[in-house]
Amino acid sequence: MPQTHATSEPYDDEGPEPTPPPAQAATTDALDALLDEIDGSLQVNAEQFVRSFVQKGGQ
Amino acid sequence: MISSDVPAPLIVDPARRIFGLETEFGLHLDTTASRPVTPEEVAGHLFHSVVQWGRSSNVFLANGSRLYIDVGAHPEYATAECDSLSQLIALDKAGERVVQNLVPGGEERLRAAGIDGTIHLYKNNTDSAGNSYGCHENYLVRRRADFKAFAAQLLPFLVTRQIVTGAGCITRTPSGAHFSFSPRADHMWEGMSSATTRSRPMINTRDEPHANAELYRRMHIIVGDSTMAEPTTLVKVGATDLILRLMEARVVMPGLTLAREMQAIRDVAHDLSGAATVELADGRRLSAVDIQQAYLDLVRAHVGSVIDPSEEVDAILDLWQRGVDAVRTGNYSLVDTELDWAIKHKIVSRYRERLGCSLDDPRLARLELAFHDVSEEHGLFYRLQSQGLVRRIVNDDTITTAVTTPPATTRAHLRGTFVRAALDSGRDFTVDWVHLKITGNESRTVLLKDPFRHVDERVDDLLAALAQTGAEARGVGDRR
Repeated sequence: MPQTHATSEPYDDEGPEPTPPPAQAATTDALDALLDEIDGSLQVNAEQFVRSFVQKGGQ
Repeated sequence: MISSDVPAPLIVDPARRIFGLETEFGLHLDTTASRPVTPEEVAGHLFHSVVQWGRSSNVFLANGSRLYIDVGAHPEYATAECDSLSQLIALDKAGERVVQNLVPGGEERLRAAGIDGTIHLYKNNTDSAGNSYGCHENYLVRRRADFKAFAAQLLPFLVTRQIVTGAGCITRTPSGAHFSFSPRADHMWEGMSSATTRSRPMINTRDEPHANAELYRRMHIIVGDSTMAEPTTLVKVGATDLILRLMEARVVMPGLTLAREMQAIRDVAHDLSGAATVELADGRRLSAVDIQQAYLDLVRAHVGSVIDPSEEVDAILDLWQRGVDAVRTGNYSLVDTELDWAIKHKIVSRYRERLGCSLDDPRLARLELAFHDVSEEHGLFYRLQSQGLVRRIVNDDTITTAVTTPPATTRAHLRGTFVRAALDSGRDFTVDWVHLKITGNESRTVLLKDPFRHVDERVDDLLAALAQTGAEARGVGDRR
């Protein structure tokens, strides 16, 4: 039997080590830069995208 | 054959506890396919590779955790038994990777079936139609005769802890939208019950300890939100554990029994000021901030006696206090890199300012889904985290290890080791929380009733039998 697919994938380790909360000004700039990056993809058919996510309830 | 020589239960320090987190993920296929594709069909394709190696869509992994498709076609991951909070956070995060790693294969299978699309997995608690699914917390507690009275003492804490541990969400109503603490709060229907889908309680009292029932019970809390930020999970489980430790030491809890829990949990969820008051059974009215502060003060008063001081306890109390302070003062920057609701509130507010839109704009709903997307590449939470906008508790190496390695000091070690050995041997086997079984000819079962026991000669014997089979299969064993 092959080993689990879920556990055999390499993982791209690029996250930071634990860091202290960043300063306020840096936060603002980084957040705006991030919103600049994702703005385009979030705007495309946002309503249709959201509405198409429907599942039955779980527990 | 079932081994009858069950070892005596271990004597464990009262401060040691077994924790587990169960997460139901939202499953979303974004597609332009002309025919409707049901969530069941998507889940089937997503779990195809799991069924191939595990012969079932309900499996235990080599890290000791369980992966399956739950009611409503939700992929679900239940962490193995953990006995520390950092371990629990690592196993919980490992689960996000486990399910996300299924996505490329699932999309490929869908393409082969003529459906082009992208699968998104959300660690959240509601879909767009308002259906809810959960994050269940498990705390092993020492059994006592008065369990229901014992558990009821937790309810005022659970109703109000959302001002610290809530995931935060935009709530849409016919008269407009507002930001709330907890998406789960509106889906709770009673305080305690043994049912789950029919009537959602805050504490499920079904007596299923997955352990020696003479000694233990499982406190199964199903009112919490799924949380993305590691510090939020730390304070969600950590603060609840500290309260339980006081309760188990028979410390008298503050007399804060609520008059109407279901009304209270909704009132608290929808009041970001934390100042709205809820009615107590004795007729008083207190705010969520007051109630959380009372529990926090009680815990703090017992550090050094019931609760051994530690850096972790300090970290939990510090974040808990800052969360309460942030709500009381309206200064969310006290916690907006650590608590889910505040992180989300910040990014939703900023994006809304840019768009100049109202809070019920679908682009903000789209942003919310992106926040909960567990893809480390595309998910908004992970992009915030990699920008240093979210504080970490564990590092990536620890999570990577937790994907394949069980906790070393609980029963999970025995289960995970067995699963890996059984897969390597090619023998048929079945596993659940308390059994390990080699099936087929010469079937053998070991019952593991003690979740703290991580060394067991009976399991060593099973592993030896599997190693023998594996060696024979490779043609290098003693064929006699």
